[in-house]
Amino acid sequence: MKMEFSVRGMDFTRAGEAAAKIKNALQMVGMEVATVRKAVIVAYEAELNIVIHARQGTLTLSVSPDRVEITAEDEGPGIPDIALAMQEGYSTAPPHIREMGFGAGMGLPNIKRCSDQMNIESEVNSGTRLRATIFNKINGE
Amino acid sequence: MHDVITILDAEVIAGESLLDTEVNAGFGCDLISDSLCFSRPDCLLLTGLTNIQIIRVADMIEARAIVFVRGKKPGQDIILLAREKNLPLLVTRRFLFESCGLLYQHGLRSS
Repeated sequence: MKMEFSVRGMDFTRAGEAAAKIKNALQMVGMEVATVRKAVIVAYEAELNIVIHARQGTLTLSVSPDRVEITAEDEGPGIPDIALAMQEGYSTAPPHIREMGFGAGMGLPNIKRCSDQMNIESEVNSGTRLRATIFNKINGE
Repeated sequence: MHDVITILDAEVIAGESLLDTEVNAGFGCDLISDSLCFSRPDCLLLTGLTNIQIIRVADMIEARAIVFVRGKKPGQDIILLAREKNLPLLVTRRFLFESCGLLYQHGLRSS
């Protein structure tokens, strides 16, 4: 199963809708509870990264019986230093975004923590592509 | 939820017909990422964040209800979304620390 969602930068009214639809889809196909929870965290953080930092992007869900793959691709400023961006607490979110409760600097670290595999590529002044894989482990194996 | 309303002297602003809901855990937080990652399903979420994202997060983590602390009331669009999601919303004048402490005193834990 594959689903694709368009995400607009700075659209905080609709932000999170794609992640919510991903959650519903994964529950409908009967993925393990732990898999769904991790995928929801990955999807939401990836979606909000596009909303907060990029002009626009696409969130893609690909589901197989043994895994969930979430890809987030955006057009935006890119990430100059990925290792720095992966540090917990590091955030480039501006003050008005932090006032909304964002900008804890945990987005990418949380995606990594919830994924079994994660790959991120970025080009400054172009955009970022992130792919995260969550294996559907039966009964917490 | 009736007990929570009494303990926190809270006002109900959404989900008036859902107050028989039971909550078995609490989570107090003003950060979206932490609320998403560290709360438990079926928890009572306590927060000062009143933007629409806290409703989306509460829905995704399957929280049972939200208490807005410090007397903060969300806008009508947020209340409407909560009603759509069957999510009770309460408001208390108490601060986050005190609200969590009172609920803890009355037996509510984090997991």
